[in-house]
Amino acid sequence: MIEATNLTKRYGDRYAVEDLTFTVRPGMVTGFLGPNGAGKSTTMRLILGLDRPTRGSVTVNGRAYAAHRTPLREVGALLEARAVHPGRSPYHHLLALARSNGLPRSRVLDVIDAVGLTELARRRAGRFSLGMQQRLGIATALLGDPHTLILDEPLNGLDTEGIRWVRGLLRDLAGQGRTVFVSSHLMTEMALTAEHVVVIGKGRLVADTGLASLIAESGHSSLEDAFVDLTGAATEFRSPARDGADR
Amino acid sequence: MSVLRAELIKFRSVYSTAWSLLSAVTLIVGFGILYAMVRVSRPPADPAGFDAVGVSLAGVQVAQFAVGVLGVLVITNEYAHGLIRTTFAAVPQRVPVLAGKAAALAGVVFAVSLPAVVGAFIAGQSVLAAEHLDVSFSEPGAARAIVGAALYLAVVAVIGLGVGATLRHTAGGVTAVFGVLVGPQLLTGFLPTGLAEDVYRWSPAPAGLAITTVHHDSTSLAAGPGFAVLLLYAAGLLALGAWRLHHSDA
Repeated sequence: MIEATNLTKRYGDRYAVEDLTFTVRPGMVTGFLGPNGAGKSTTMRLILGLDRPTRGSVTVNGRAYAAHRTPLREVGALLEARAVHPGRSPYHHLLALARSNGLPRSRVLDVIDAVGLTELARRRAGRFSLGMQQRLGIATALLGDPHTLILDEPLNGLDTEGIRWVRGLLRDLAGQGRTVFVSSHLMTEMALTAEHVVVIGKGRLVADTGLASLIAESGHSSLEDAFVDLTGAATEFRSPARDGADR
Repeated sequence: MSVLRAELIKFRSVYSTAWSLLSAVTLIVGFGILYAMVRVSRPPADPAGFDAVGVSLAGVQVAQFAVGVLGVLVITNEYAHGLIRTTFAAVPQRVPVLAGKAAALAGVVFAVSLPAVVGAFIAGQSVLAAEHLDVSFSEPGAARAIVGAALYLAVVAVIGLGVGATLRHTAGGVTAVFGVLVGPQLLTGFLPTGLAEDVYRWSPAPAGLAITTVHHDSTSLAAGPGFAVLLLYAAGLLALGAWRLHHSDA
């Protein structure tokens, strides 16, 4: 369970997120949607106690993140797949993290197998494709067998097989009663995976509702159309409008 | 304790650690031999004032840059790759991470430097023997200088870590470490004599290096107080780094 209350973060005179209040519940996949620059990654950093909110607060499983003594056992996070030392192997990357939270070596081997990195476990991570690094990032999130998962764009760089694997994994994790909070740009993918969605635009909450009712209430037939409609007014970077000559 | 184990795993699982330590060892021994050869070719006028121990340990003054840079890299590498967020998500109190890094760094640098310094002493003395300038381990102060040289390098590595944690940037951190180690001495050229002597005496490197010599000269602090001054600099820079870690967004 993740509970944000009036969560606000200002960098200089610009609000990255403002007055976000939402709850991410266990037992289902919650999609976290928003255009580029909407504040999704900032929100995730605030949840993990990496950035300090200007105002408001956020708790994970009832407490501020930093109040958990072994946070990896409570919350698993993937923020940036490339956040590994390029010279270090997945095995040592994960082993160091496991040791810092008192997790056994067997967990490291388990998650390496679970994400399909067994063959590459001792290779230098800097040579990996983005898809392989994404798998390592997911292994990192799963390391402490946490009740809550926070994943920022876990599908980036994955091939078709990888995308299908993550889709199944997210559903399984939610089915086990865990809280799964996942951001993505891929609306078609979110439409297949998420039951609930939190939508933000320009740092503000736009919607916090079930996927089905979001689409139904928008009057559109797809999540993608509903999303464009909802965030149209709150989009930071817009593609140039196509004029008639293109059609 | 668990954080220290984690930091030791990180420290030994990247090549930059091995490369930095290998170059430090090479510089300690190589420069010790080289400097001893230079002194043999130009024997001192007054052999009584000749510091055979200090000459054989002169490589430490070059190797300090290798371990200082290693200290910077241990933390700025994590910022450069975004790994610091994963690290702080695992240990949200953050300051134990810095303490773990400092302990791992100081312990490993000392353990690797000590045999290198002993090797430099033995090799240096065998070179100096050509002009009968050599001394043995039983020379008063020799054992202290040898252990002190390894301790000096361990503390310089921690200074690098403190600077790296404060600046969070590899190029800036490396530049700043060079500044800390040689900057004040360079500055003395522009100062009036009295002030220049004081600045030199209380600067980190000259103060700390006193422990690597046997014949104490009037321009520097004595071994014990000098090393205490170096420790104060290291503690101050580490505290600055800890303050920055604790108060800034990761």
